[in-house]
Amino acid sequence: MAIVAQQTKFSKIFWPVLAWFIALIFFFPIFWMVLTSFKTDADAVKPEFLFTFKPTLENYLNMTANYDYWRFATNSVITSVFATGFALAVGVPCAYAMAFNPSRATKDVLMWMLSTKMLPAAAVLYPMTFLTKNFLGVFDTKFLVIVVLSLINLPIVIWMLFTYFKEIPKEIIEAGKMDGVSTWGEIKDILLPLAWGGLASTALLTFIFCWNEAYWTVRLTTTEAATLSKLIEGNRAPEGLFFGRLSAVSAAAVGPIIVLGWFCQKQLVQGLTFGAVK
Amino acid sequence: MTKFKSTALGLTLCVTGAMTASAQELTIAIVNNGHMINMQTVAEAYTAETGVTLNWVSLEEGVLREQVTSDTATGGGQYDVINIGMQEAPIWGAAGWIEPLNFGADYDIDDMLPAIRNGLSYEGTLYAAPFYGESSMVMYRKDLTDAAGVSIADNDSWDNIKAAAMAIHDPDNGVYGACLRGKPGWGDNMAFITTMVNSFGGAWFDADMKPTIDSDEWRAAINFYVDLLGNYGPPGSEGNSFNEILALYNEGKCGMWIDATIAASFLTVDGVAYAQSPNAGNPVGANWLWAWAMAVPAGSPNADAAKAFIEWATSKEYIQAVANHPDFGWGSVPTGTRASTYAYDEFKAVAGFAEAEMMAIESAAPEATDLKPYVGVQFAAIPEFPEVGSAVAQEMAAALSGAKSVDEALAASQAAADSIMREAGYY
Repeated sequence: MAIVAQQTKFSKIFWPVLAWFIALIFFFPIFWMVLTSFKTDADAVKPEFLFTFKPTLENYLNMTANYDYWRFATNSVITSVFATGFALAVGVPCAYAMAFNPSRATKDVLMWMLSTKMLPAAAVLYPMTFLTKNFLGVFDTKFLVIVVLSLINLPIVIWMLFTYFKEIPKEIIEAGKMDGVSTWGEIKDILLPLAWGGLASTALLTFIFCWNEAYWTVRLTTTEAATLSKLIEGNRAPEGLFFGRLSAVSAAAVGPIIVLGWFCQKQLVQGLTFGAVK
Repeated sequence: MTKFKSTALGLTLCVTGAMTASAQELTIAIVNNGHMINMQTVAEAYTAETGVTLNWVSLEEGVLREQVTSDTATGGGQYDVINIGMQEAPIWGAAGWIEPLNFGADYDIDDMLPAIRNGLSYEGTLYAAPFYGESSMVMYRKDLTDAAGVSIADNDSWDNIKAAAMAIHDPDNGVYGACLRGKPGWGDNMAFITTMVNSFGGAWFDADMKPTIDSDEWRAAINFYVDLLGNYGPPGSEGNSFNEILALYNEGKCGMWIDATIAASFLTVDGVAYAQSPNAGNPVGANWLWAWAMAVPAGSPNADAAKAFIEWATSKEYIQAVANHPDFGWGSVPTGTRASTYAYDEFKAVAGFAEAEMMAIESAAPEATDLKPYVGVQFAAIPEFPEVGSAVAQEMAAALSGAKSVDEALAASQAAADSIMREAGYY
């Protein structure tokens, strides 16, 4: 009995300490980045100014004055919000159809959709540039970024929603059908209220993926539709240490998403662990 | 009244449209470094004077190359001015991807350092105007060499360099004898390694453009490099390139660094002295030649305005504008492009490295010779070089880290380079 009590006491201390330790390791790069953003470029690489330094807002002021941070941030918000909305608008009916009216091909279609994520983006860079610039004339527009972000995230959206919808008893939907509810009514009045948590975590994760996307947002934009990813990319320097400047830009770029994640962590965890525990 | 309102609105729109049409805009793709960042501030005066609005798109070097290449290959139009390096300028000029540059007499093109001008030209025509240029040199801590009783001379032998590195190597006190690039990349470790191979009498290709990486000269150079950096370099050198070594140097951890001359303007430690790059007793030294230059892509709809901007940004007038700018001064002027810059006493007073830098640039020989039958010093100015250089870079990093022997790495490099060149149709 005493051994069990001792083990319980040990577990009570050990696991939280371990969890905190791991959490701190994961948080450290963010902390380091924010700390460095308040140092001058010269101080940022000097070990004697590791923790004791004269804080400066120079990097943040420079970022807003010279780099037009707000233009990039606005583009990030617009493209991420609309891309998430568009992906959900397409993803919900798709997942509904596959979850409640599956055909023999549903499984293959799901696998095919996932397989599109396996295509290396670089392989289609030239055709994408040619099509969007010379043929469609939508290069460097927010419309293009929204469409691209939606489409590259659509397989994940459909898979996540499909998994959530599968957890809802089919009988509930069928009961609605018996009562004469239309398909749209089934989705709007029965499905979405029941799968609200799943929908929220899917939306949140999609938003984060859109916000962080850096391959296409850098390569399919010039000035008009450039997002924060492009601002960060432009602050990487091959010859010269601008760690203070780069840290400030990075902190300002990830800040909104960290705050959003903080407020929605319950849904986020649910989304990240979907299907893990049945 | 409604008719009057419509007419007024129409007139307003016409005037606005006309104003928009006359306001010229240039989109400029640049790499992010100190000189380019400063240019964005200095160029505010250009906008004020000419009315030309400048849109800056700052990109990481690799992404910039990728984006500019895909833009140019699809007919251009995305950028009016692009930052390109010495590797691309002659190739893109020959391919007609960038426009030839002809400037007025005031530009004084003869003031441009000949090595830089030749490196950015194709068949005698300038295709990209240099914004800043660089070579490489030895930047060593004279306080440490003096204390150890050794010295480093201009164009010293590699054996003396190794002896000096050995003498000042003191890892217990956090000082490493030699810091050199080890991070894989054709512009990273291969920039240094190529110059070292040059100085040992080796070259990338023979007269038939067949790779010669398995030659005795390469073997001697790479064995020396692995020995020098492995024994007297900082741990984890295979992850170090310019920025990493700069940080180490400014922490006082490097006794010697052979790298880009521009590094000298970032060094903050005391007791730094400069020497011309070493060689192994043959006419080719181990110094490189590079310039970041500005060019006009062939598809630019604003080519004339773009050329006018480049003419201003690479002129003597621009050097003066930086020197006289309240935020900058003579210590911030872009160097390595014009002989006249090195003649200013104010510049020489603040740039202790000026003389060594100019000497290094002037002595670099990018032209093709019997020993090295291609243009370029630390690269070969052929379109396939980035692919060949990147493949070999990985092998050299493997040799440095001990994952492969030097012989294995050279054999694998030769095979990879041979395959790429064969596939490209050189032989």
